[in-house]
Amino acid sequence: MIVAQRKSFEQIAQMLEPFERVLIVGCGTCVAVCMAGGEKEVEILAAELRMHAKKQGRKLLVDEITVTRQCDKEYLEPLARYIDQYDAVLSLACGAGVQFLAERYEDKLVLPGVDTRFIGVAEAPGVWDQRCVACADCILDQTGGICPMTRCAKNLLNGPCGGTNHGKCEVDGQKDCAWTLIYRRLEKLGRLDLMRKIQPPKDYSVSTKPARYVHPAFEENPQKSTGD
Amino acid sequence: MNRETAASRFEPTVIAYCCTYCAYTAGDLAGSMRLEYAPNVRVIKVPCSGTINSLLLLKAFEDGADAVYVAGCAVGDCHFLRGNLQAMKTVEYTKLLLEEIGLETERLEFFHIPASAGPLFAQRANQMTERARQLGPNPLRSGTPFGAGGKLAVPPDQHPPLPTASFGVLKRHAEQEQ
Repeated sequence: MIVAQRKSFEQIAQMLEPFERVLIVGCGTCVAVCMAGGEKEVEILAAELRMHAKKQGRKLLVDEITVTRQCDKEYLEPLARYIDQYDAVLSLACGAGVQFLAERYEDKLVLPGVDTRFIGVAEAPGVWDQRCVACADCILDQTGGICPMTRCAKNLLNGPCGGTNHGKCEVDGQKDCAWTLIYRRLEKLGRLDLMRKIQPPKDYSVSTKPARYVHPAFEENPQKSTGD
Repeated sequence: MNRETAASRFEPTVIAYCCTYCAYTAGDLAGSMRLEYAPNVRVIKVPCSGTINSLLLLKAFEDGADAVYVAGCAVGDCHFLRGNLQAMKTVEYTKLLLEEIGLETERLEFFHIPASAGPLFAQRANQMTERARQLGPNPLRSGTPFGAGGKLAVPPDQHPPLPTASFGVLKRHAEQEQ
């Protein structure tokens, strides 16, 4: 899932300073799981903002709504009923959600409430760790299910480098050396022959931005395969 | 004390979230022991102090509580093993939120009150009331001409139908063949 982190309260309060009526829109998918922008976080932030404004004697109305996902059009539609009543919208979705919301409601100012961090996993309650950089050319079959593109500081495809230090990385002594992990895993799987294989240089052209993907079943002009 | 000073004296409202196994039982015991403690404390029984979340604590302050405390079991005595430890973390985190808002963090506290400690229950209730009295009224308590806002309820029929969930269901190829 996409892991995000709520922006500092100070930053959010500053963004909302010129407005009197604000709608906070949460997202019930990734950011809800990583406790940054789900229904509960929306309620907490709204309560905080209301109390902060009241304490300063400032007029601020903060309403809350959380949709299933902000990265799908159908879930943004119901907001059309309410959105005109507000001066600004604070979205607690990831960067994709914020932009999609802003695209759907072009004449409304949509502000981001979280910083999007990475694609990762939940290691322990409240702890998330990066696992994927979306390189668009997966090689996990060669590396025992451990991604060197994400977990090696140098993105090495043929590791380890000379900086591996008793299983730790020379760049950051707290972090594991991805290639030591890969070696141990392949050893366990009896597939050390994969270590001897030289990986060719990676094709970075497939990961140029902005990426777009159309499922073959939804292509405009699919190649005909009628068997004629 | 004459009537005027009695009327002008600030009486705080203190909310106490008490774990049913320890602190709430201690409150019962304090009553059985005929101990007198501040009537300002409003006790709310919770199944475990670990069920407390930041939102619940913040809402208490938003609704005008002058002080809030969570009372749980002694360390190592939690009926659910780690609920009280989680509650301590939640209270610490909520103190950060109070700091962001600009409220005094002393208005919120966590206490360990074992079930056998009736006198301690009374002591903590008096302590927190006295603290709230010294801090003065919660600035969010009243006098706001503004609408507070709140949750927008989405009518259920406005939601698009969700796809049937099939996560976590193992589909065996062999079974599908039959």
